[in-house]
Amino acid sequence: MTTLPDSTTRKLGLVIDLDTCVGCHACVISCKGWNTENYGAPLSDQNPYGSDPTGTFLNRIHSYEVQPDTGPAQLIHFPKSCLHCEDAPCVTVCPTGASYKRTEDGIVLVNETDCIGCGLCAWACPYGARELDAAEGVMKKCTLCVDRIYNENLPEEDREPACVRTCPSGARHFGDFADPDSHVSKLSTARGGMDLMPEQGTKPVNKYLPPRPKDSWQGETDVLAPWLAPIDPEPQGGFLGWLDRALGKLPGDSAGKEG
Amino acid sequence: MHPAPSIIAFTTLSGLGFGLLFWLGLDATPPTGWTAFFFFLIGYVLAIGGLMSSTFHLGRPERAIKAFTQWRTSWLSREAWCAVIALVSLGLYALGLVFFSAHWAVLGWLGAVFCLATVFTTSMIYAQLKTVPRWNHWSTSAMFVAWSVAGGALLSGRVTVALVLIVVAGGLQLWWWQEGDKRLADSGTTLATATGLGTIGTVRAFEPPHTGSNYLTREMVFVVGRRHGRKLRMIAIVLAMLMPVLLLLAPFAHWLAAIAVISHVAGVAVARWLFFAEAEHVVGLYYGAREA
Ligand code: SF4
Ligand code: SF4
Ligand code: SF4
Repeated sequence: MTTLPDSTTRKLGLVIDLDTCVGCHACVISCKGWNTENYGAPLSDQNPYGSDPTGTFLNRIHSYEVQPDTGPAQLIHFPKSCLHCEDAPCVTVCPTGASYKRTEDGIVLVNETDCIGCGLCAWACPYGARELDAAEGVMKKCTLCVDRIYNENLPEEDREPACVRTCPSGARHFGDFADPDSHVSKLSTARGGMDLMPEQGTKPVNKYLPPRPKDSWQGETDVLAPWLAPIDPEPQGGFLGWLDRALGKLPGDSAGKEG
Repeated sequence: MHPAPSIIAFTTLSGLGFGLLFWLGLDATPPTGWTAFFFFLIGYVLAIGGLMSSTFHLGRPERAIKAFTQWRTSWLSREAWCAVIALVSLGLYALGLVFFSAHWAVLGWLGAVFCLATVFTTSMIYAQLKTVPRWNHWSTSAMFVAWSVAGGALLSGRVTVALVLIVVAGGLQLWWWQEGDKRLADSGTTLATATGLGTIGTVRAFEPPHTGSNYLTREMVFVVGRRHGRKLRMIAIVLAMLMPVLLLLAPFAHWLAAIAVISHVAGVAVARWLFFAEAEHVVGLYYGAREA
């Protein structure tokens, strides 16, 4: 049923740390690897070795350049997968009931046997988190790895989303936002976790941690700095001074000045 | 948004068909016999043809029947119901007129109301989307309904009504274009809010997630045609409004009326093409489109 639940018992989701993401795309690969052979239809590729390859992914990494008023530009890698919104517009537009939000944990899923592939849910999602699979004709989206997080056949450390498990820089965290004491809730509070496009009113569950302020050299002198001063000043007199001047006068040197 | 031919054909033809059926249902002195048969045939061919073509863009058309289940929340589902109720009630109404010369007025009114409801629910599929600010406005529905009843009046030979409605619809369309150009900016959604990085500085899309295209860029980041947008707007308004109005003002002749209808339909189709081709989906921001 595409009516959204009034509230969900738990709010499972991700914290994505824009400060630590290094843009390696490892989570893209692990997400595709896990999800192409588990929940629902495979994530197909079209023309994968041809000149115009394309395919279905549930998680993609953008990169943005941000230019502050002063100082150098920053490069920020930006992972994006479904944000499992509380007020998910993708669910209510679905004509078939294939899209739904689970009452028990808030995960937004597609029941692929009901989906007619009309694409309306992908239009309704502001984040580009849904892709229609070209081979299967049904809508694919992040499942929050629902087939891992409750999977008792997996060792306990693997019962978290594939992208979280894989990330080499610890930029993705999984947990329950309904519990204020959870790892993700605390992390989000401590680091000012933010909503993407809050004006769209989707109330995303996933939170993004803004990059920490960058270091600057202003007013920062290391205690060891005095010992780093040149031991020997530029030679003035004596043999080295004469050599310096003599070499400077030789043709080929730029106006006899040391660079 | 990608201007899929199936969707343009669907909204143009079914809008016209339901517009015609609306007037047939309301008619106090409806045609009977063969005349009725042909009028209803045209209405049904347009309405059903349009609906059928809309199923071409489905990934799984064989399951289309499931689209009737979610009328509580989904405008697409409501549209399916309204269309079926309109077509069934007017089908019975037409049966009476064609074969029994019987005028079951109440059935006609019911059908007419649901014809309008069908066009309205179609428009709401687009107007409900906050993600496409250009569409997300009540005037989108007003424009769809206006073109539909105007076209229907033209097809059913109601000259005076058609004249008035075509001018109204054309005016609405012009205003909708002009206002629509501002709506993305007015929505407040920018790359800065999309990434949350605006507090640090000016955000620019540096690298997309991959070098090729994907479903999102093909479906929602369509840009071709914007450059020609102005010209196409002119063409649309000339064909859909000015030509039919001039032809209707001329002394009546069947061939003139036929040209008026063809011109009108072509103009509405061009306007519908622009409706999609000019619509900016906010996901384009993530892909570096729509940057000033
Ligand atoms: S991110 Fe998009 S697909 Fe996911 S719940 Fe929100 S609106 Fe739906
Ligand atoms: S594509 Fe499938 S899941 Fe999405 S709205 Fe259509 S039927 Fe529902
Ligand atoms: S939670 Fe699972 S499905 Fe979602 S992005 Fe991560 S790996 Fe992909």
